[in-house]
Amino acid sequence: MTAALFLSRATPLLILALAWEAAARSGLISDYALPTLTSVAVTFVDLAAGDLYYHTARSIWRGMLAFAAAVPLGIAAGILIAWFLPVRILLKPILQCLYPMPKSALIPLTIIWIGIGDSSKIALIFLGCLVPIVMSAFNGARGVDQTLLWTARSLGASERQVLWEIVVPGALPEIMNGIRTALALSFILMVAAELIIANDGIGYLINLLGEAGEYSGMFAGVITISAIGFAADRGCVALTRWLLAWRE
Amino acid sequence: MAISGVMHEYRPPRGRPVLALDGISLDVREREFLALLGPSGCGKSTLLYLAGGFMALQQGSIAVNGRPVRGPGPDRGIVFQNFALFPWKTVRQNVLYGLEKRALPRDERHSRAQHFIDLVHLTGFEESYPSQLSGGMKQRVAIARTLATEPDTLLMDEPFGALDAQTRTIMQDELLSIWRSSPTTVIFVTHDVREAVLLAKRVAVMTARPGRLKEIVDTDFAATDSADVQRSREYADKVDYIWSLVREEAIAAGAGGRL
Repeated sequence: MTAALFLSRATPLLILALAWEAAARSGLISDYALPTLTSVAVTFVDLAAGDLYYHTARSIWRGMLAFAAAVPLGIAAGILIAWFLPVRILLKPILQCLYPMPKSALIPLTIIWIGIGDSSKIALIFLGCLVPIVMSAFNGARGVDQTLLWTARSLGASERQVLWEIVVPGALPEIMNGIRTALALSFILMVAAELIIANDGIGYLINLLGEAGEYSGMFAGVITISAIGFAADRGCVALTRWLLAWRE
Repeated sequence: MAISGVMHEYRPPRGRPVLALDGISLDVREREFLALLGPSGCGKSTLLYLAGGFMALQQGSIAVNGRPVRGPGPDRGIVFQNFALFPWKTVRQNVLYGLEKRALPRDERHSRAQHFIDLVHLTGFEESYPSQLSGGMKQRVAIARTLATEPDTLLMDEPFGALDAQTRTIMQDELLSIWRSSPTTVIFVTHDVREAVLLAKRVAVMTARPGRLKEIVDTDFAATDSADVQRSREYADKVDYIWSLVREEAIAAGAGGRL
């Protein structure tokens, strides 16, 4: 990245930070609603020396485990639903019901079923990530140009080869869109589940600090998880660019 | 290739079935360059897809060298108007695709792929992706990919329809010179009368939907240079004649003169 490009992207964030600091110092907004950015930074350093790392690591572990399981299973399910009629008849209606359902509404249920530990959160995040990945793999596989399938067959490809060598790479651009959506969802569901009930995790920490009136600590937690989410998204975009370099 | 009594109906999920082909019988001679000409929607592409085995025959029969067509196969190569290149594969990987489906030693696959890349004048672009190529170059890749498996029959579905006029002229010349140096059976679908007369030895003119065979016209000329052919009296007469056959069909098809 050139210096000019970096500056053009960093400047709006810098302006936002300055506006925050100015608003908090002006006295127009009370301390709990908006602590100064500098006090947030100080608290962040304190927290980083203490529990912040542990809670963040717990959250990331849950989120990434569920996400990592959802990616291969979601791709496989979506492509099978697109490719095999019996699978489509069986699974598509279920998928269509799951798609618009707010997965966060399941948080209380997963707690009743599985408990308040890791498993309920992993299950919830897994389900939340699975749906957009299945949908994208399904749409991607259905959208592969028929002339590509016909060409492969006429060049001597078996049906299995058509599936692996044409349908899967042909669906990849759509799949990567689904994966990016799922990654963002994994952060949302992770924090939401931890906010409601948990023994650890960044959501738990934010809640705990809030109840203790440590507002600058809450902000430090929010900024930490947001920064990690941002980095994960940029990583996903970079991976997509690399995988789809042929698109130019 | 023997096409006999082929009928085909499209059955949309909603609405009435559409009869696309009605009793087509046609013998394509070995190593013949045959054009299928007709107005938009006359079913000429459908006939080609049936010959390719991409769609199931509903009625009638299609056989190649006495063997009925049961599905797609490398004995019948296809070139589509939209090129149908695998966009995630380089030029070389595209051309290699059909060769990899055969039990050939690696060196032989690669030398064959290179031969056909050279044949279509894409030397130096082996590692390019389709997105980096012009329309004409993409169609050259598609032709090289299909020729590389050495099909007995080449099925071409308006292959130059998406190209600009200059590129089309160059591609027509190159296709003719490739065909002359190693003749295979070619079935070339087009709605362009001049292109059909220039390239083909026989032109099969189809009626508007439902597609029937209207007339088969011989278009073999003494001259071989396509510029000479196009300047000849015979060529102009054939174009006029076939145009007259096809004009009424185009009007019947509601194409307003577009063929």
